[in-house]
Amino acid sequence: MEPLVKHEGKVVCMNRLNVDTDQIIPKQFLKRIERDGFGEFLFYDWRYEADGTPNAEFELNTARAQGATILLADENFGCGSSREHAVWALADYGFRVVIAPSFADIFFNNCFKNGVLPIVIPSDLRKELAETHAKGQWERATVDLEAQVIETDCGQRFQFEVDPHKRYMLLNGLDDIGLTLQYEDDIRAYEASRKAYQFVY
Amino acid sequence: MGKTLFEKVWDAHVVKQLPDGQALLYIDLHLVHEVTSPQAFAGLRFAKRAVRQPAQTFATMDHNVPTVNPTDVRDAIAKKQIETLMENCREFNVSLAGLDSPFQGIVHVIGPELGLTLPGKTIVCGDSHTSTHGAFGALAFGIGTSEVEHVLATQCLWQNRPKTMRIRLNGSLQSGITAKDVILGLIAKYGVNFGTGYVVEYAGTLIPQLSMEQRMTICNMSIEFGARAGMMAPDETTIAYVKGRQHAPAGEAWEAAVTEWRTLVSDADAQFDLDIEFDVNALEPQVTWGTNPGMGGGVNGIVPDPADAATETEARAIRQALEYMGLEPGTKISEIPIQHVFIGSCTNARIEDLRLAAAIVEGRKVAAGVHAMVVPGSKQVKQQAEEEGLHKIFLAAGFEWREPGCSMCLGMNPDIIPAGERCASTSNRNFEGRQGRGARTHLVSPAMAAAAAIAGHFVDVRTFQSEGVTA
Ligand code: SF4
Repeated sequence: MEPLVKHEGKVVCMNRLNVDTDQIIPKQFLKRIERDGFGEFLFYDWRYEADGTPNAEFELNTARAQGATILLADENFGCGSSREHAVWALADYGFRVVIAPSFADIFFNNCFKNGVLPIVIPSDLRKELAETHAKGQWERATVDLEAQVIETDCGQRFQFEVDPHKRYMLLNGLDDIGLTLQYEDDIRAYEASRKAYQFVY
Repeated sequence: MGKTLFEKVWDAHVVKQLPDGQALLYIDLHLVHEVTSPQAFAGLRFAKRAVRQPAQTFATMDHNVPTVNPTDVRDAIAKKQIETLMENCREFNVSLAGLDSPFQGIVHVIGPELGLTLPGKTIVCGDSHTSTHGAFGALAFGIGTSEVEHVLATQCLWQNRPKTMRIRLNGSLQSGITAKDVILGLIAKYGVNFGTGYVVEYAGTLIPQLSMEQRMTICNMSIEFGARAGMMAPDETTIAYVKGRQHAPAGEAWEAAVTEWRTLVSDADAQFDLDIEFDVNALEPQVTWGTNPGMGGGVNGIVPDPADAATETEARAIRQALEYMGLEPGTKISEIPIQHVFIGSCTNARIEDLRLAAAIVEGRKVAAGVHAMVVPGSKQVKQQAEEEGLHKIFLAAGFEWREPGCSMCLGMNPDIIPAGERCASTSNRNFEGRQGRGARTHLVSPAMAAAAAIAGHFVDVRTFQSEGVTA
């Protein structure tokens, strides 16, 4: 996994509540057996009209959003299905950071497994950032995972919280499985302690 | 201090607790399906890893499967995904209820049916509705594909301990009201993310009155308000359901298991981070009008007006939903005409759901212009329904009777709703595009879906049943 230590990029803002994974990556694109190439289908039904032409009004299609790598989203982002394809699509499109007042659990976890940093910020701050961004007061931001700081290009700085374990994994680009296998003896001891009926079948 | 049901199951599965709060949790049962597993198996192969416990891993195919003739998969990419699962199961020695198996079906229907789902187990699957299995007192939750790979390789998962919530469902359901109405009513009241970060235990006087099928419907939709998992303490109903099933313990092991399962209750002095009560006595049949499961209410209500919303953000969400759904504020829910009816999905396609719908449909005809279909949750459900003659009732009324699979719940197979058309659906998600681009989904119980099929619009199943109807 690609480590994320510090990331600087353009921000796009999406003012929609409860954006679900069916919107992030509609199911007709879930049939592939690879992990890459999902970016072109990101937000497909919103991004394109029924005839396949881009929907000029959709947030990601505006001139200002081109090349954005940081998504400023709203409440309960990523709700719905567990499909990791949603994160693969965001990452493949180029997003490395998603900032929102709240995320759905499974989506939140899936982000970390794919080198995407989800950051939770207070609702008021989110609102203010969205407003100033809409007015064009700022365009870009730097996210420093080491210092746990976000800084906008108009000089606003604020701290954020992140789970220390997840932070460590992301800073170092570590694979969870490798880490877990260091606990092989513990797993084996646990398995030996189980009762017979717990394994029936 | 005593422990909650969740804490008992959790504590019994911690392999290693790290000081930073992460716990390595042992997974008893890993269910696998074709959509969220190919990249996980590919990862194993790439790293030259094996499946640690193939005997605790069980696969089936459901999402992509055509329901007219399941073996005739015309979509080349879907076919590839199905074949990939078959190859992966062969290579990694994992049991598979494939298209030709008498046990194939929706993963959350077959787990309990085969006795794989048992009280006290930890169960995961690359599917958010894994919460269904919590109805047995298991700790069951959905995971992403990276985690699927992790469980395949290690039989464990890193988890932060969630918070606990108890929802006491108190009272009794009126005739015609089902578990589906309970969970839809609950989400309509509290919203789609009030459960985020929590594992929920459903308790209260209603639970002992519910069958396992009804309990599963409630736990199934826990994820629709953001809960990590939903659980219910096992009782005599649970034990009777599990007994004698194919993979359930038998003989001495059965006795030992039952003794342990009886301890799986929250202690009287256990503390929950949040404790709420929901009275079900006056609950009406529920119908959603919007584009998430919380945007709904009673069948005798009206479509809300965004102008009445508490905040501007909420007003905008309602406006967007009504625009997508093609609805005007103030419209009576019971006057909304429908063109499709889907009885199916892991929420409501078990035998009891089909019996309930059949009882309403019997001797009646699907309204002109309505396309209605029943998709049983599994091969076993289908077979039992046919033994009981339910399929004849549906067919005589003008329903289609299909082969098992997820089908129109998410429309990955050919079963989709055309843009702009409206479906009364017993599934769990009414998101934009869920049943097809531009499709308009209204979530209801099987009884309400059956009644809507006959009437051609939503109708209160309580009066419908007593008066009969000529639509
Ligand atoms: S029936 Fe629907 S919700 Fe259930 S597993 Fe299939 S697609 Fe998911």
